[in-house]
Amino acid sequence: MSRTARTVMFAAAGGAVAVFAVLAVVRLPAFGSPYHPYRDHAFLAGVAHDTANLVSSVNFDQRGLDTLGEETILLASVMGVSVLLRRAEDEEEHDDRSVGWVLDATRLGGYIILPVTVLVGFDVITHGHLTPGGGFQGGVVVGTGIHLMYVAGRYRSLERMRPTTPFEWGEAVGAGAFAAMGVAGLLVSGAFLANLISYTGFGQLFSSGTVALLNGAVGIEVASGVMVLLAKFLEQAIVLRRREDGEK
Amino acid sequence: MSVYGYLVAFWLVLAGSFGIVRSRDLIHSVVCLSVAQSGTYVLLLSIGFQTKATPPVYGSPPSTPTRSVTDPVVQAMTLTDVVVSATVTALLLAMAVQIHKRHGTLDPDELRALRG
Amino acid sequence: MPGGTAFSWLPPTTVAVPILGAALLLAVGRWLPRWLTDAIPTAVAAGITVLTACLLARTADGHVVTWSGGWRPTHGFSVGIVMVSDPVGAGAALLSAALATLALLYSWKYFESVEAHYHALVLLFLAGMQGFALTGDLFDMFVFFELMGASAYALTGMKVEDPSALQGALNFGIINSLGAYLTLAGVGLLYARTGNLGMPQLHQSLEGRPVDALVVAAFVLVLTGFLVKGAVAPFHYWLDDAHAVAPAPVCVLFSGIMVPLGVYGALRVYWIVFAGVLPGADIRRAFLVLGVISALVGAVMCVGQRHIKRLLAFSTIAHAGLFLCALALLSEDGTAGALLYVAGHAGAKAALFLLAGLLLNRFGSVDEHGLYGRGRSERLMPWLWVLGALALAGLPPFGTALGKAISEEAAIKGGDWYLSIVFVAVSGLTGGAVLRVAARIYLGLGPRPREGEAQAFESTGEEKSEARLRSAPATMVVPIVALLAGTLVAGVIGGSRSAFSHAAAYFTQPGAYVHAAMTLTAGTVSSVRQPNWTGLGLGLGFVSVAVALVTAAAGVYSSVLADRLAPLVRVGSAPMRVLRQLHSGHVGDYVAWLMTGVAVVGALVGLPLVR
Repeated sequence: MSRTARTVMFAAAGGAVAVFAVLAVVRLPAFGSPYHPYRDHAFLAGVAHDTANLVSSVNFDQRGLDTLGEETILLASVMGVSVLLRRAEDEEEHDDRSVGWVLDATRLGGYIILPVTVLVGFDVITHGHLTPGGGFQGGVVVGTGIHLMYVAGRYRSLERMRPTTPFEWGEAVGAGAFAAMGVAGLLVSGAFLANLISYTGFGQLFSSGTVALLNGAVGIEVASGVMVLLAKFLEQAIVLRRREDGEK
Repeated sequence: MSVYGYLVAFWLVLAGSFGIVRSRDLIHSVVCLSVAQSGTYVLLLSIGFQTKATPPVYGSPPSTPTRSVTDPVVQAMTLTDVVVSATVTALLLAMAVQIHKRHGTLDPDELRALRG
Repeated sequence: MPGGTAFSWLPPTTVAVPILGAALLLAVGRWLPRWLTDAIPTAVAAGITVLTACLLARTADGHVVTWSGGWRPTHGFSVGIVMVSDPVGAGAALLSAALATLALLYSWKYFESVEAHYHALVLLFLAGMQGFALTGDLFDMFVFFELMGASAYALTGMKVEDPSALQGALNFGIINSLGAYLTLAGVGLLYARTGNLGMPQLHQSLEGRPVDALVVAAFVLVLTGFLVKGAVAPFHYWLDDAHAVAPAPVCVLFSGIMVPLGVYGALRVYWIVFAGVLPGADIRRAFLVLGVISALVGAVMCVGQRHIKRLLAFSTIAHAGLFLCALALLSEDGTAGALLYVAGHAGAKAALFLLAGLLLNRFGSVDEHGLYGRGRSERLMPWLWVLGALALAGLPPFGTALGKAISEEAAIKGGDWYLSIVFVAVSGLTGGAVLRVAARIYLGLGPRPREGEAQAFESTGEEKSEARLRSAPATMVVPIVALLAGTLVAGVIGGSRSAFSHAAAYFTQPGAYVHAAMTLTAGTVSSVRQPNWTGLGLGLGFVSVAVALVTAAAGVYSSVLADRLAPLVRVGSAPMRVLRQLHSGHVGDYVAWLMTGVAVVGALVGLPLVR
């Protein structure tokens, strides 16, 4: 279809859908209304299991199966990127990874901020059951924090800092640990992803039972996944070149 | 106007889809898909909001748990979705990168391998 | 058991074990020899097949309910996620595991060299399908839908050296993701109204309340993602692109079970959440319109293809339309016919895709015109192709024929007699197209087709093969034979007929589903009828085969006929050309059609309620 035809068709359809949406939206409960029945029950369940962060309680305790699915999507996507950005038969590695320069100020800033960022990321992961944050958020912080080495320094330094294989292990361990804890719940108490460990001590580090452990597993997985993801993209952009005709 | 948030959400979904329809660049299409998804986040979070309610986190040292918090369920749904959508977007961008390498172009009008 | 009814440990295990298998392959796959990276996932998939077979056997006595995390409902509410396994869900899970096992077995020799990532992605795809088929929570369905999607996009685009593979995967990814986001919006609307995400709870919340625009909008939006996955027109454009480029064992999973799962999802959500709320007559009409259009578009496009995998993809679209038509009758008979048809079709279509993969590896092409006559020296392959084509066309006593027969009778009994014409025509046309391919390649029948450049609006079958084989190895032939045998068995064994009508009874009675989920008592449901082969069904089956033979003959001798019937050809070819040009491979077109589809479904469902 021509671009005009497409646009006209979408405009008509989109208009109809918009009308539909407006009709539906005015019948939603008022914005800011106190009618949230699921919230009321989730609050009671979260407090009963001594989890100070209700969002983490919902994520890892009450609706843990969803989170297992979501972190598996992450695993699948990162593996997919590994497959798609693999070195093709007609490509080779190329050695100008040391070119380019950065301002000294950038370099200093990066070297100072990198350890702080990574530490903050780990803090966000480990306290996910108490304060806002958790495995997903902290994992992303750790993963991108390490890449400050690329921003502040050279690709070669980054490469030395993060060989890909340990991070693929990290992903596998994180995902496997989540599923394994689910099965452990099944074996111990007969329910998949049941909260097994004692969870007393509201607001303390050792509270909320398996929520903290699952948080950690997800944190490892997300951090490793982000590392592998960025590694593949950078490798694709910087390192791989199509083999010239005539070369071996 | 209390429905404003919801309308913005649907607008984002439609605008993102419109972007894909008019797009001349596959990377632009993938980013428009992200825009469409962010519309669903706005919808979910607007649904979960309650006026004068506190965030559903009681912290360490813990404050007294109260029922008058914003809905943690939609927040849980949204936060895992954000990370997932980032990685799926990465997957689609990886495809776009390879298309550019193999075809030399990212314009969907010029990619004619799959027709009929 | 704290988690649910007896055997409640089975459903989550079928989800968790493939994930563990994939994690293992990811961790150590690099250092394992090839035979081990093949054997481990095949063994895992085979294990899941056994587990799901046990689950299916268990569901004969009632639903198997699992409340994840042990969060049983108290006072009619639960904060947890429920997995409810009834015979249909367990059957879908079993089919996906069996197809995955056979696809992985076929991959042993299909790929000359492949990383462990491929196998791990297939296992994750399997985990997604298990979760989707067995869960009873709407948001959980969305999550596993996305898991199926992410692994599918990656598997489709695997052959990075082939540029069209990446384009097909990208089209697939964008359209399916957009559909999933619209479903999520619908789920959000339902959550806002009821405060529930689980389907049994939603049933209870919506029951007896008046229907308004919000419920209708939620229904249409939730349906969109599943209809996209089910390749229902006009959401179907991504399927032919994806199948044309994905490796053959992956296409087996797509056509055999992933597309039917989309249709399953749409109908499951309708029956459990909306059946008591939205008027059945309007929904039936909406589904019938979509189903008939899908079936006709798929059949017409199928006949015009020369790219064999694209041809098979369009026949999947056509058959998915037929499944939707049968399910749209909203009766136990129609549902039983649809389920049997899905099972039979899975075997036949999977076998045909594997055969196409064999063609690619032997001859390096899947272009019907380019392969003309090259298979004349084969002995086993022609028979398998013909059997597959006839199974697709609906030759009794294959399972496809029985499913078709039951569906046609249900349609006639319900007053929609025109549907039987659609069923006969569509199955005949698609089976005939495949027969034509077999006749051209293996028998060299008819004049040699005009080769050379493809016309401006069609794709040829140029594709790079994964391995060059001189003869078909056992690991590739055994799955094909097993699949065709399975299709035959489904139609012949008497027990299968009653099993499918039993399953249909469970599917169309939401009260039992909801009751079992909320009270954790496994009550049974009794089926009303025992469908069987009848004279009418057999007759219609033979008529379809006749249509297939005529189509194949017309196709083989088309150049001769075109000369004789020139004016007819001129009239018929213009709309055909328009239809083919609509399938442009351009993702912007597809999104425009997607939005049009949403508007159309909304109009079909919503406008009658305005009055």
